[in-house]
Amino acid sequence: MLASKLFAAKLRAGTALAVVLCCVATTSLATPHIQHWQSASGAKVLFVENHDIPMLDVAVSVAAGSSFDTAEKSGVAGMTQHLLDLGTAQSSEDDISRGMADIGAQLGGSFDQDRASVSLRTLSSERDQALRLMAGVLQQPVFPEAILAREKARVVAALKEAETQPASIADKAFQQAVFGAHPYALPVSGEVASVEKITVQDLQDFYRTHYSASRAVVAIMGDVTQAQAEAIAQQLTAALPVSAAPPALPAVAMQIAASEQRIPHPASQSHILIGAPGMSRTDPDYFPLYVGNYILGGGGFVSRLMNEVREKRGLAYSVYSYFMPLKQPGALQIGLQTKKEQADEALKLVRYTLAEFIAKGPTEKELLGAKQNIIGGFPLRIDSNRKILDYLSVIGFYDLPLTYLDDFTGKIERVTVAQIHEAFARHIHPAQMATVIVGAPEVKETSGVKNK
Amino acid sequence: MRIYRFFVALLVAGTLQVAQAEVFEHTLSNGLKVIVKEDHRAPVVVQQIWYKAGSMDEITGKTGIAHVLEHLMFKGTKQVPAGEFSRRIAAAGGRENAFTSYDYTAYFQQLHKSKLPLAMRLESDRMHGLNLTDAEFSKEIKVVMEERRMRTDDDPHSLLQEKMMSVIFQEHPYQHPVIGWMSDLETLTAADAKAWYRQWYAPNNATLVIAGDVDASVVFKLAQRYYGNIPRQVLPIRRNFTEPAQLGIKHLAVKAPAELPQLVMSYHAPVLSKPAQDWQPYALEIMVGVLDGSESARLNKHLVREQQIASAVGVGYDSASRGPGLVTLEATPSTGKTIGEVEAALRQEIASLVKDGVSAEELQRVKAQVRAGEVYKLDSVFYQAMQIGQMESIGLGHKTLPLMLEKLQAVTAEQVQQVALTFLQDDNLTVAVLDPQPLDSNKKKITEGNRHARQ
Repeated sequence: MLASKLFAAKLRAGTALAVVLCCVATTSLATPHIQHWQSASGAKVLFVENHDIPMLDVAVSVAAGSSFDTAEKSGVAGMTQHLLDLGTAQSSEDDISRGMADIGAQLGGSFDQDRASVSLRTLSSERDQALRLMAGVLQQPVFPEAILAREKARVVAALKEAETQPASIADKAFQQAVFGAHPYALPVSGEVASVEKITVQDLQDFYRTHYSASRAVVAIMGDVTQAQAEAIAQQLTAALPVSAAPPALPAVAMQIAASEQRIPHPASQSHILIGAPGMSRTDPDYFPLYVGNYILGGGGFVSRLMNEVREKRGLAYSVYSYFMPLKQPGALQIGLQTKKEQADEALKLVRYTLAEFIAKGPTEKELLGAKQNIIGGFPLRIDSNRKILDYLSVIGFYDLPLTYLDDFTGKIERVTVAQIHEAFARHIHPAQMATVIVGAPEVKETSGVKNK
Repeated sequence: MRIYRFFVALLVAGTLQVAQAEVFEHTLSNGLKVIVKEDHRAPVVVQQIWYKAGSMDEITGKTGIAHVLEHLMFKGTKQVPAGEFSRRIAAAGGRENAFTSYDYTAYFQQLHKSKLPLAMRLESDRMHGLNLTDAEFSKEIKVVMEERRMRTDDDPHSLLQEKMMSVIFQEHPYQHPVIGWMSDLETLTAADAKAWYRQWYAPNNATLVIAGDVDASVVFKLAQRYYGNIPRQVLPIRRNFTEPAQLGIKHLAVKAPAELPQLVMSYHAPVLSKPAQDWQPYALEIMVGVLDGSESARLNKHLVREQQIASAVGVGYDSASRGPGLVTLEATPSTGKTIGEVEAALRQEIASLVKDGVSAEELQRVKAQVRAGEVYKLDSVFYQAMQIGQMESIGLGHKTLPLMLEKLQAVTAEQVQQVALTFLQDDNLTVAVLDPQPLDSNKKKITEGNRHARQ
């Protein structure tokens, strides 16, 4: 948003992605009491009742992310989600946005490879009107022809813009190098050519196939009673389409060939991404990998990558690593930006740091530091309605145990150096990773793939 | 020891009874103002220290030093070696960072409430004990240069904004970027950073904001213990910069590798100086809400949805800052539309605002959004502390916050029309255009347009 741009504050570390959370050995922390049931519609519901603030947060997530696209129709999933609130059987796009604004309610949403979601924040006193509009958005979208044409043009313009910017060029090439023919490789908003071909019929078909109540998770947090929450969940999902489950996704190929793409760009910095398929949300190694990644490149200013690349040598402002845990294994991604002339030096250093970590594992001291941070910082993960709502959606969507938050610090505490060492060795093979360098130094060999 | 206690009344519609947010303040004898916002929803606390020294306090040739010093504040003191600050906060389960703006520099930690004394010990230590070495400086200045490349030099929209600010402001230091010109970064030294630190980092130039699950009286005792012995300092005299009347429209174009052009129009506008008497800044805030407060607000509804002249629009204005204000409109033309057509459409919206004003319905909608926003704000302890720190640092004081809400609710349609007429005038306007260049053939053009960023 413009106002924030003009504000021009400079954060010392800008990579939200790299910030992994944290905490200490506090004994018994109150975790929110999660109520859970299946709505008559078939939707799964997770609810936390809290009346501290007179407001309500609701999110409905559906297994309808970009991994359900095909290469030919890449972008249909994203466009379906995007058009949900741009016209329903009862309301025009303007009725919806004005109706929300009139009561100060905020309708939002999110979209990734796995999930499409619609979320609402409203004063609890105004919830009837807000929920009525939201119910229409979820259950009676009409995907108007003229609005689809307009939004296609906007998405295509944004995609073309992205194709000129080094960070997005790198990200797209990286996903393709890591996931190959798997749908996780598809750009979440599609390609220019495929978006241009999207029809209203495509959106209706996609909606009918994927937006069924049995694939929906309703998260409710805030100032309503359980009886009210039950009615809300039903109101938002009872009229979703009924459909058979779509075919399961193919499995992610965990072994990839080493590759290195050097893509020219006039930017002053090289944007470097290194990675490989990593872990799923339900991987048995989830906690060892999570804690290990804190040590490698997730732990803000105290990670190995940050220490080697930035603190010791001043080679980059931002350097990080993270696992993107999805239904199937998402990527382990390591990233940094550095002045072109020193890109090869930085790349070498990052690869060395990663290889060292995988070969030898963390030290006991590093593990202790990681546990102190992750366990000690646990209260910060659940200190707002917004954060709790997000946990409810994730727990529901990925079928995590309802005791996930209660168990969290114990699972971290039990991770050992050996487990991290073994888990990384099992999942990440430094000789089989994809590297993308956008704005690569020109003296090196030209674009292409080379085996290492 | 005097403790002022008062309530921030939430201007929530009707009889909504939100737990009244309690704010306490106390000034230590060395001049450090301590403000506590109690919020007992979760066992966490945030500490923020705000120094009234931002990039607008820099002098010619030394731009960026405020932000460079912010980085160096993590590089060790006589008590705490380089890197240890972050390590100790991390080991306490904390998250931390810092930020620099035109108006101030601030540092923060978020932790379990039991760790507040540790955070205070570390933060107070670096208020007066920083150990700045040439070795740390020479590494960190490289990091800042990389930050500049990433945020500005290689980002067409930031580049446009940086160049635009230097055209908008002729005298006021807002003409210089917070991160500093590259040529200045190349010549700054550890001695410059030391001088900056000595000048501005003093208890009587700072505000300490603590928010969360704490007891104010305990916090005041802790503040006295950790910060109370840091000596007060004589502060430099601040020059009171003004910006002369513009006297005519200004234009600029910036070429950069991109696909889409962009139009930005900025008008000089007043900011709050006497919050109880002022009315124009409040009317401008409401005007911005009418133009861009939601997807159904005028600009998105007319330009993006109906006329389809623009693929994206935005409006910005901040009524609270140390320096002069701006109302900024920006738009990206739809494919096939020109910058000229987009500018004409924006001007048409301004003309209609000036001629016909705003409807009662629009006014009510924006006010409803403001009221709801005040409730939503309660979900973020960090943001509440931010607002307090900002208001203190720009000199208005946090007690202005409830007053602002009251005044926003009192804005009339006539006042909105009046400020549009008064300030959205060509003589007050700078128009900037991003002129997109192809990736292949433009290396030369970029270098020419970006001399300050030569490495």
